[in-house]
Amino acid sequence: MQLIYEKSVSGRRGVMLPASDVPSAASLPQNLLRADTANLPEISELDLVRHFTNLSRRNFSVDTNFYPLGSCTMKYNAKVLENAAALFAPFHPLTALLPGGDSLCQGSLGMLYDLGQMLADITGMDEVTTQPLAGAHGEMTGMLLVAAYHKAKGNRKKYVVVPDSSHGTNPASAAMAGYEIITIPTAPYGDMDLELFRQAMNGEVAAVMMTCPNTLGLFNPYIKDIADIAHSHDALMYYDGANLNAIMGKVRPGDVGFDVVHLNLHKTFGTPHGGGGPGSGPVGVKKSLIPFLPMPRIIHDEVDGKLKLQTDNEQSIGRTANFFGNFGVMVKAYTYMIMLGREGLIQASEQAVLNANYIKEKLKAYYDLPYDKTCMHEVVFSASNQLAKGVHAIDIAKFLIDKGYHPPTVYFPLIVKEAIMIEPTETESKQTMDAFIEVMIEAARLAENSPDSFAAMPVTMPVTRLDETRAARSQTVCYLG
Amino acid sequence: METSHYCPHTPEEIQEMLAATGVGSIEELFDSIPEELRCKRFNLPPGMSEFETYNRLKQLCSENCQDLSLFIGGGYYDHIIPAAVDHLSNRAEFYTAYTPYQPECSQGTLQALFEYQTAICRLTGLDVSNASLYDGATALAEAALMAIRTTNRSRIVVDGCVSPIARQVLATYLSHHDAELVELAPLDGLLNRAELIHQLDDQAAALLVQYPNVFGCIDDFTGLADQVHAKGALLVTAVYPVALGILKSPGELGADIAVGDGQSLGNPLSFGGPSFGFMAARKSHIRNIPGRIVGETVDKNGKRGFVLTLQAREQHIKRHKATSNICSNQSLCALRGLIFLSAVGKQGLADLARLNYDKAEYTKSSLARIPGVTVLQTAPTFNEFTISLPKPAVQVVEALLARGVVAGLPLGSFYDGSENLLVVTVTEKRTRKDIELLVKELEVVLCN
Repeated sequence: MQLIYEKSVSGRRGVMLPASDVPSAASLPQNLLRADTANLPEISELDLVRHFTNLSRRNFSVDTNFYPLGSCTMKYNAKVLENAAALFAPFHPLTALLPGGDSLCQGSLGMLYDLGQMLADITGMDEVTTQPLAGAHGEMTGMLLVAAYHKAKGNRKKYVVVPDSSHGTNPASAAMAGYEIITIPTAPYGDMDLELFRQAMNGEVAAVMMTCPNTLGLFNPYIKDIADIAHSHDALMYYDGANLNAIMGKVRPGDVGFDVVHLNLHKTFGTPHGGGGPGSGPVGVKKSLIPFLPMPRIIHDEVDGKLKLQTDNEQSIGRTANFFGNFGVMVKAYTYMIMLGREGLIQASEQAVLNANYIKEKLKAYYDLPYDKTCMHEVVFSASNQLAKGVHAIDIAKFLIDKGYHPPTVYFPLIVKEAIMIEPTETESKQTMDAFIEVMIEAARLAENSPDSFAAMPVTMPVTRLDETRAARSQTVCYLG
Repeated sequence: METSHYCPHTPEEIQEMLAATGVGSIEELFDSIPEELRCKRFNLPPGMSEFETYNRLKQLCSENCQDLSLFIGGGYYDHIIPAAVDHLSNRAEFYTAYTPYQPECSQGTLQALFEYQTAICRLTGLDVSNASLYDGATALAEAALMAIRTTNRSRIVVDGCVSPIARQVLATYLSHHDAELVELAPLDGLLNRAELIHQLDDQAAALLVQYPNVFGCIDDFTGLADQVHAKGALLVTAVYPVALGILKSPGELGADIAVGDGQSLGNPLSFGGPSFGFMAARKSHIRNIPGRIVGETVDKNGKRGFVLTLQAREQHIKRHKATSNICSNQSLCALRGLIFLSAVGKQGLADLARLNYDKAEYTKSSLARIPGVTVLQTAPTFNEFTISLPKPAVQVVEALLARGVVAGLPLGSFYDGSENLLVVTVTEKRTRKDIELLVKELEVVLCN
């Protein structure tokens, strides 16, 4: 398909601008002006609409295809969430910071405050900041809170401990807060090796970052012991909320010893992923960390019952983003939460776990299951059986594309060879999953009988397999025509 | 169990699935969570229907004051959004997709992001762009970290005329790196060039400037890049993309990295988010850029296609050695930015910028006629400018808020001795009538 720049016709105009109702001012001095108008597209509105509509049709999405991408929680994004967010579109964030401005946006502040309270309730935390803009941004904020906590106590800490099954963002975020990383291997039972963890812990460890259930989809039954060991060294427990969809109403991170959590509203709370963002990564903390939360902070004034903004606090880690976070995303998550309510959220977790276990049982005769036990919301297979025939996880992924399924996450977690990580979510019907299971079985059979046939796949898409090495070598990231 | 929102199984299906799974109940699936760790308290209210939920949201929204006349900017601007932007970005194939990790079934998102990167390169006059960052403030902070990595130096010099909010975020990001952050106090709303000569030494990784700056001034940065490069440092410019419709591009100024907030390109104010941050740079810096980048390539049949590229920079491969921890970005907002720029078009963006300038100049001259009001005149301005009032700006703003006018951003809390300064913003959406109302109400408030 042509690029929009290739469809441009010199001199063609798009959308009409408002007419000027003021006199034309004297021009800016020439030395401040650009030599040439930026060479943006020149296209009619109809051609623009066709271009982007046709581009959109070159995507798989939750609304068009089953999308069991592990660790990403690709559940249905309810349409009413979009309507709700649109209600709040016209409000300028700085209005809230003007004198008397907070009284003009009690609705927006109220939404943020209530959302924070609900997230605190779900996670067992004492207060939540909504400022972080995505999961990794929440992790960074959380690690800055950890650093501020230790600094205030005069602790000299140098390391952050992560299991080798962790998301790459965990060590990267800890590095943003100036920490070095200690990685603990996974034991044969699928959880972080408790003995190696015990040995690695020392007084210089600032925090332990855990995803629970972990990226193998397993809940660590020793989590409380891990927290106790960490706390005995005055290390804090950090909860990566990527997998919260498994445990709502079942267990709360705050109750099992976690001190800081981040949540991915775009995973657990049904907001769309947008082709890579925007997400939203609120951070919840225990009381001991509240003094360090980013500013501005929303305070409920007991005297007049109004919500106010606290903008100054010496101990705060400061500001981590422009304003109050990805507000529009939070409106959607809030809408989702009040609509589902307590029972609905519990049911979401229960059926997410049921669905993952159903797929696990149905497929384990065909794919190697390195950790064969009850999983939570996702299950990790290995294509090692198929590899014996020369078929890789990526080949199975391409086969699935031809069958109309978005592939599961492949090659993650890194500790499983040829990993195939399936997260169906609670919103998929049994019929959809049964059809997917059949196709997965078909892939396994094809790997057995005709392993060479995978190389050409996919054949149903606008392009076949792409040359990634060439992309990296040529570094063509901008159209030069 | 009753079926609630979006969980489709019938009770019979649940029984079938439990039987296939070999467990007696759903509860059994949670046996790995020790009993003593189980949730004791979970107080959320019961759920409700979509209709009731939406009404609750409408009720909440009505607690916001509606129909304010906005003369406030400060990095977030009330611009027109063509209807096509909403309709096209609301195509579910775009907004319910994930990051395009499987390129063959994600060519829509990937090509759109390649076109977005191209638009950002052309707007900034630089060679390469990533596929978006969180917002303008975090993009500035990432640019500083990028300069530190590139130059292997630790000193960041920032013009005090850069948005105070962005500088706060910058300070947060740099707080745990071995970095020194030096802020140059503004001189009459402009970069303090005498002080710069002192602070820009051979330990400086970068100079960070912004145009138009927080006072609205278009500081003339001609020649600045040479001065910065002579010390072996990088020049980072934060820019307002709509202004680039007419203003000299960062590339023309010799900048190495350009960043900014893309909210003004087709994203609603939405109480501060989501918007997107953009970053463009000279090609030599490409391996140091944070975040995702889309690259062009070919498939097995030689057909053009697009993939995420240079991923060895990123956290999922490099973990703690990555160029940044960023994973999710603001892809859909960047798509809105591209659609906005395409809908308005090449000449349209220049015209839009000019319209903003004309409206602001008209407002400026009208306000200047009010007794006691003086306009900061040290440099030309784009669509916002600073005025000095005969009394504290916060008092004036508060009085005008009560009259439904958001008159601007008071600078008193950001700069010592600036209690009477107010930054007034005028976009193309403010009509002459709105402007006349601002002038009239300000006159009234100043007379009282």
